[in-house]
Amino acid sequence: MFGEYLPILMMMGVAAVICTVMVLGSYILGPKRVTKYKSSPYECGVAPLGDAFERVPIKFYLVAILFVLFDIEVVFLWSWLTVFKDSPLDFKIFTGVALLIYMILWIIGDAYVIKVGAIEWDESTSLAPEKLIDSKPITVNTPAVPQTIEAQ
Amino acid sequence: MGLIRVIFVVGAVLALVPPLIWWERRLLSWMQDRIGPNRSGTITFPDNFPLKGLAGKKVRTFGLIQPLLDGVKLFFKEDITPSDVDRKLYFIAPAIALFPAFALGATLPWGPTTGLYGILTPIADVEIGVLYVLAISSLGAYGLVLAGYASNNKYSLMGGLRASAQLISYELAMAMSVAAIVMAVGSMKLTNVVAIQEGPLWGAVPWAQNWFILTPFGFISAVIFLIALVAETNRAPFDLPEAENELIAGYHTEYSSMKFAVFFMGEYAAMFVFSGVFATLFLGGYNILPVNWMALHEATGAGIFKFLSNANYWLAPLVFLGKCFAGITFFIWLRATLPRLRYDQLMNLGWKSLLPSASPTLSSSDSGSSAPNSTESLADGPPQSEPWSSATSST
Repeated sequence: MFGEYLPILMMMGVAAVICTVMVLGSYILGPKRVTKYKSSPYECGVAPLGDAFERVPIKFYLVAILFVLFDIEVVFLWSWLTVFKDSPLDFKIFTGVALLIYMILWIIGDAYVIKVGAIEWDESTSLAPEKLIDSKPITVNTPAVPQTIEAQ
Repeated sequence: MGLIRVIFVVGAVLALVPPLIWWERRLLSWMQDRIGPNRSGTITFPDNFPLKGLAGKKVRTFGLIQPLLDGVKLFFKEDITPSDVDRKLYFIAPAIALFPAFALGATLPWGPTTGLYGILTPIADVEIGVLYVLAISSLGAYGLVLAGYASNNKYSLMGGLRASAQLISYELAMAMSVAAIVMAVGSMKLTNVVAIQEGPLWGAVPWAQNWFILTPFGFISAVIFLIALVAETNRAPFDLPEAENELIAGYHTEYSSMKFAVFFMGEYAAMFVFSGVFATLFLGGYNILPVNWMALHEATGAGIFKFLSNANYWLAPLVFLGKCFAGITFFIWLRATLPRLRYDQLMNLGWKSLLPSASPTLSSSDSGSSAPNSTESLADGPPQSEPWSSATSST
């Protein structure tokens, strides 16, 4: 029973070896002429301001949580999906109705997520033209450099 | 034996990635009214060359070895490791990004499971085939997210974040669309998926094969799966994680030399293998046409159909490769045709269009299979014996 999974492990082993060889190959073969500017993070040519390990928009976290919720709902289906076809009719009807109720709940959940705007991306990050008409002109606020360093 | 199968698939993917890159550059060039790489590998023989037939002639390879030369160049380029990166994750991330592309091929049947090809394919015919494909494909997100996080670059971080949200959003629609197929097959084995597709079309036309893209529920699933596929492989129009006009190069901004090439290769290998997954799930796997040659042979008695049936068997790996190739050509065509989506459009498409349309597909294929005369219950040929008797006996 476990035997048929052995080739998958071999596949993963071979893939891991290839990946390692490729990543390490250029590290060993290539020249090393490190300068301070070359090894600084790329920010379009200017000196980098702070580092990138910063807070990130909460939206990404929200999407991840929603994914976990919805994906677990799909996970419950898989075992049932495989037995459905070859099962007796009364089982099919009973579980089919149960699945319909389950899917209706799913769709209600999805509709709720859409209604509360969990998927709506920030207007500041996506400027829809119709929202631009009434909005005030964007004022550019240049932060003083010492404050930014304090903030991180 | 297992190792030979593994080397077959890994070798095929490794050998086919450079021609794919060449094909993408060439086809994209033609679509944009350019020429593309066509010079490298042209050998000009001198006039005093010993072989008279070749003296003074040019032998062209149409630039086919250009990607190989690029690869060799990248191997000997300086491997810059920026000063403030998270070193462990920075080195592991490209490997994690390439890994799923190879590992995905483990369950794909690229030829018939009987006779000679049965020894070579698939690598592992496991019961969890479809689930394995979904699980491994979602591993790809880790490579991109870790690359974005470890680089300590704001563009990389944004690219990684976008990649994570995009991949998991489309993962859902993908799983839902495949669920309908699993339901119609009644098994998650990929060899069973292909075997069911060799049954009579709609359970009624014995000389045709029931490829799922030809059935109504399968067609909707195929469209949703295809869109999710493009999003999962980060290809245009869903290439937001590496949108070059806003994020420089996205999650691989800080990667140079072969580590960049590993991301590049991972993308192409993933395109190749995902095309294979699509072909297996919806396009009848390794079968050349949705026609049951043997049934035609028995009906008409014509020898040509027997010959075609044999050809279908022996050409199966080539046909499978051809389907992968067609899938990749479709990817390139999309890239040349469609502009990139805006991020909110991407999220809207995933959560407001694909997901709500995938779930009724599952429900309809459910209600379809409940009815005895529908497509799915007949998908594997003769209807099940007397479903009513078992129903009465158990109630």
